Amino acid sequence: MRWLLIGIIALCNTVGDVLNTAGMKRQDEAELDPRSVAHMVARIFRNPLVLAGLGSLAVAFIALLSLLSISNVSFAVPATAISYLLETLLAKYVLKEKVTWRRWGAASLVAFGVVLLSW
Amino acid sequence: MDLRNSARTQKTQLLTLIVIVSNVVGNVSLSHGMRQVGKIVSASPLDYARAFANPWTVAGVLVLALWMITDLALLSRADLSFVLPVTASAYVLIAFAGHFLLHEHISAQRWVAIVLITLGVVLAEETPPRTTEGTREHLI
Repeated sequence: MRWLLIGIIALCNTVGDVLNTAGMKRQDEAELDPRSVAHMVARIFRNPLVLAGLGSLAVAFIALLSLLSISNVSFAVPATAISYLLETLLAKYVLKEKVTWRRWGAASLVAFGVVLLSW
Repeated sequence: MDLRNSARTQKTQLLTLIVIVSNVVGNVSLSHGMRQVGKIVSASPLDYARAFANPWTVAGVLVLALWMITDLALLSRADLSFVLPVTASAYVLIAFAGHFLLHEHISAQRWVAIVLITLGVVLAEETPPRTTEGTREHLI
C-alpha cells in the first residue's frame, strides 16, 4: 500500500508539473504588475492543460496525506526524489527543453540532497 | 544581449526569488500554526476547520496560494528543468529557518545535503532559463 501511494505521488506530481508547464507556455509570458497577474489567473481558468495539471497535483497531495497518515515523513521522500528525475526526463522528451549535463547534474544533486536531508 | 532581453531575464529572476521566498515563508508559517493547533486525527471536517482559527495557519495558506500563482507565472517564462532545481533552494532556506528561528539541530548528514542541493542550484542557475523559444504550439 505504501509503495503504491509513493508511485501515485511521484506520477501525479510529475504529470501535474509537466501539464502546468505545457499549459503556461501557451499563455503569454507573465508580467509582474497586479493587472497582468489578474489577467493571467483569469486565463488559467480557461486553460484545460493547467486545470488538468492542478487536478493532478491535488491527487498527489491527497495521496501524500494518506501516506503521512500511515507512515512518517521520511518515507514520503523517495517520491520527491523520483519526481525530480522523472520530470527532468519528460522536460527533455515531452516539453523539448534543452536539458544539458548541467541540468541533469542539478536535478541529480537536488534529488540526492533531498533524500539525505530527510533520512 | 540587448537591453530588452536583460530586463526579461531580471523579471524571471525576480519571479524565481518570489517563488522561493513564498514557499519558505508559507511552509514555516503553516507548520508553526499546525504545531500550535495540535494533532488532528478525525473524520469530521469541523475539526480541520478549527485549524483555520489560528492566524499562522491562515497566513501560511494565503502565502502558499501566492506561491502557487507565482510558480505558474514562472513556468510561463522558464523551463521546468530550470525551475525545479533552482526552486529547490527552498529546502536549504527551510533548514536554516528551522535552525535559526526554531532552534532545530542541523546534523552532519543534513549539512552534506544542504551543500549538495546548493551545488545543484548553482549548476542550474548557470543555464539559460528558457530554451523552448517559438516552439510553444508544438508542446503536447
